[in-house]
Amino acid sequence: MLRYILWRIAVMVPTMLLISMLVFTIIELPPGDYFESYVAELRAMGEEADMEEIEALRERYGFDQPAPIRYLHWVGGMLHGDFGYSFEYQLPVSDVVGDRLWLTVLVSFVTILVTWIIAFPIGIYSATHQYSWGDYGLTFLGLLGLAVPNFILALILMYFANIWFGTSIGHLMDQQYLNEPMSWAKARSILEHLWIPVIIIGTAGTAGMVRRLRANLLDELQKQYVVTARAKGMNPFRALVKYPLRMSLNFFISDIGSILPQIISGAEITAIVLSLETTGPMLIKALQSQDMYLAGSFLMFLAFLTVIGVLVSDIALAFLDPRIRLQGGSTK
Amino acid sequence: MISGADLLRIEDLSISFAMLGGQIDAVKKANLRVLPGRVTALVGESGSGKSVISQSIMRILPKVASASGRILFNDPLTGTETDILRLSQDGPDIRAIRGRRIGKIFQEPMTSLSPLHTIGDQVSEVLTIHEDMSRDERYERTIEMLRMVGFAKPERAFRMYPFELSGGMRQRAMIALALICRPALLIADEPTTALDVTIQAQILRLLKDLQQEFNMAMLLITHDLGVVANVADEVVVIYHGEVMEAGPVEDIFRRPGHPYLKGLMAAVPHFDMKPGERLKALREVPVNASHLLGVSEERQKEPGPDILLSVRDVTKSYKIRKSGFFRRPDEAPVRAVDGVSFDIRRGECLGLVGESGCGKTTVSKMLMRAVTPDSGSIVFHDRNGPVDVLEAEGDQLQKLRGKIQMVFQDPVSSLSPRMTVQNILSEPLEIHKRGTPKSRLETVSALMEVIGLNRRYLNRYPHSFSGGQRQRIGIARALALGPELLICDEPVSALDVSVQAQILNLLKDLQKDLGLTYLFISHNLAVVDYMADRIAVMCAGRIVELAPREILMRAPVHPYTKSLLAAVPFPDLDRPLDFSTLKTANASDMRNWSAPFRQDDDGHGLATADLGEGHLVLARSNADVRELRP
Repeated sequence: MLRYILWRIAVMVPTMLLISMLVFTIIELPPGDYFESYVAELRAMGEEADMEEIEALRERYGFDQPAPIRYLHWVGGMLHGDFGYSFEYQLPVSDVVGDRLWLTVLVSFVTILVTWIIAFPIGIYSATHQYSWGDYGLTFLGLLGLAVPNFILALILMYFANIWFGTSIGHLMDQQYLNEPMSWAKARSILEHLWIPVIIIGTAGTAGMVRRLRANLLDELQKQYVVTARAKGMNPFRALVKYPLRMSLNFFISDIGSILPQIISGAEITAIVLSLETTGPMLIKALQSQDMYLAGSFLMFLAFLTVIGVLVSDIALAFLDPRIRLQGGSTK
Repeated sequence: MISGADLLRIEDLSISFAMLGGQIDAVKKANLRVLPGRVTALVGESGSGKSVISQSIMRILPKVASASGRILFNDPLTGTETDILRLSQDGPDIRAIRGRRIGKIFQEPMTSLSPLHTIGDQVSEVLTIHEDMSRDERYERTIEMLRMVGFAKPERAFRMYPFELSGGMRQRAMIALALICRPALLIADEPTTALDVTIQAQILRLLKDLQQEFNMAMLLITHDLGVVANVADEVVVIYHGEVMEAGPVEDIFRRPGHPYLKGLMAAVPHFDMKPGERLKALREVPVNASHLLGVSEERQKEPGPDILLSVRDVTKSYKIRKSGFFRRPDEAPVRAVDGVSFDIRRGECLGLVGESGCGKTTVSKMLMRAVTPDSGSIVFHDRNGPVDVLEAEGDQLQKLRGKIQMVFQDPVSSLSPRMTVQNILSEPLEIHKRGTPKSRLETVSALMEVIGLNRRYLNRYPHSFSGGQRQRIGIARALALGPELLICDEPVSALDVSVQAQILNLLKDLQKDLGLTYLFISHNLAVVDYMADRIAVMCAGRIVELAPREILMRAPVHPYTKSLLAAVPFPDLDRPLDFSTLKTANASDMRNWSAPFRQDDDGHGLATADLGEGHLVLARSNADVRELRP
């Protein structure tokens, strides 16, 4: 087992290298660079750019050098925590992202938790009470959740949150705490605002998970070993948890791999609508303005999360399912 | 009937399933009883309601089913009588009976245990539910039980997962699970149907031994009259949800009263059939092959070489990747087929018998060019000269495909559910570009007549036919191209006894009328005995014995053939299985064979010895022929 984990971690290294090459290629693809679009923007506004200064900046950041060397610079810097410089914000990338990253992680983490807490009981209920009124009702709600676009839900919720609870519209905290250092009051304000994005981002995920859990559990409930458990005289609920539910968890665990990046990148539109201080809007802005180090670091971060998520789900699957652990490739 | 003496008495039990647009009555006012300490067999074909009755006894019916009547369980431990149907669904009262007073084992040992939990966990869990015991006591009791059901190393088995065990061992674990609380009644729902015949005999012996040792009653649900004759004390015959006949096993077998039971008994092939004797199918299919006769007349005018197909020394190994992620990869190739040679003569039926995993299906796939052997040769002796099956390409291969056709085991999955019968039957003709659309339709109609189905059914889909009818369609599909060799891979294994006889008779008639040659693969010796002219016995990838039918059945030489024959349960009270000779050892393990048939350490390999009259047996190359004779 230890061997396997070490091997999997070792395999991550070439994977990440390949991804970094891809990311670099993608952010290099559009013609020009940040300075060109900056100059164009200035000119459009009728101002004159100081070409000398821009040339100096170009040289300083190695934009005159060939692409492979810039790539090596970038990757080498990332290895010791230097993610480059954001031209847009005129700050090192790590400073720009810093606070936003933690807020993003907070929003995502709470969203995942809420998704699970809501989806599990509903999924189990729907499967064990198949074709009952409860199942139909919850299925209907779930399909609504899947079908309504996030941004519409965001607008609706914002409106009602303001009318009913007096929560200020937009942002993850009250206006006065923006760009303030962390304090108790700020933390409370964040918690007060948190539920809106969590509900919005989580709805579709919850609905999807309910449907999948229901389908998987229904499959397992037909199996013979469930009848065996009943024939043992087991309490039906305990039998359900120990046998079919456990079996149907495999899909859920392999989901972890994709759930992390999905929630962080999938929340962009919601984040823009709600003007949240998360990484989503920043990534889109950075891609638009060719702020290459910022965009590149973001993409790398997402890729890293994907790779980690897959690693975690693979290891968890091997722990949970002896067939994977002991049989290896040959499965019946 | 003396009431009070019965352990279980079922009175006027009716079970119906709520379906879309009405309900289906699966059981209609059934009455039966189980005496304490005796084995009662509930016999019936699939869909007769026998499994549903067994489920209702433990109240584990599916939700859509509803039961009425009375199921009286008289617990000898307390002396009280409970009506199981009056207990609340999944309430504490019924749960105290399930697993503790009534145990149950199922047909499919692979799926009846959870793959994620160890054997020990699943068996000892029954004790956790029902008995107030410490962890150590539970462990002791589980180990003891596992040893009783035949695990040589119960401590090891305790920690194993079901998928690490063979089918027979899994069923033993299941028996341990059902019996660990010493129930008064064991319900065994087709406990041996999914097992090989030698394993079946072992499991039957184990069940019988434990039943006597624990002095418990057993309700054995089966469709196999051979099993009934060997194990049961009382028999209940059920047909379409109604009890046809019930009584002691002697009465039932010696004086069957009901026509259904008589018909069932006449439909089972047995070893004492005279040459040319025909099975009496419950519903016979009239064969009308006159439309296809043109082909066979042409063949008779110009008979080809005597040997139609010769297989020489074919070998196929599979690499098993045992490594997975966690172990060092050790690639030990497994020889699925190991130096197999045989001839199929024109117009004969060669039976190929063996237990699951012996390689018989791999051989059939090689003949079809679906699997390429590692070495060896297969030659098809066509009228126009021999064709190397393994080398044929292009046009030659296409022609060859028309000459060799296959009938599959499962009539449900071998026909596409999205094609009408007409599409299914004419597709081979289209692929081989035979005839015009009009002439194809004529051929297809003729084929339907051959298998005794009305041509009006041509536009129907397979799901609207019964299992036997579907298998007939499968046979018609195989016949469409006018093949010379038909490979039948377990064609009746998935069918009920009464339908089985029908299909076997159909195949026999077709062979006679159309001059076909069969390779008939089966695990059922009685079926092969009925069909085949010569029989080859396969074990662990080798043909261990090949002889004309009468010789193989009368005087088998090889120890594996003998144990195979000894393990077949006869539906005849005068020929009980000799349980004492059935060792728990694995009959297909070479180490259990007597010396002349084993590979020895001196490097004397195994070779085929000719005993005369076409009787070949695999033995040590330096063994004397006289030594081999019993």
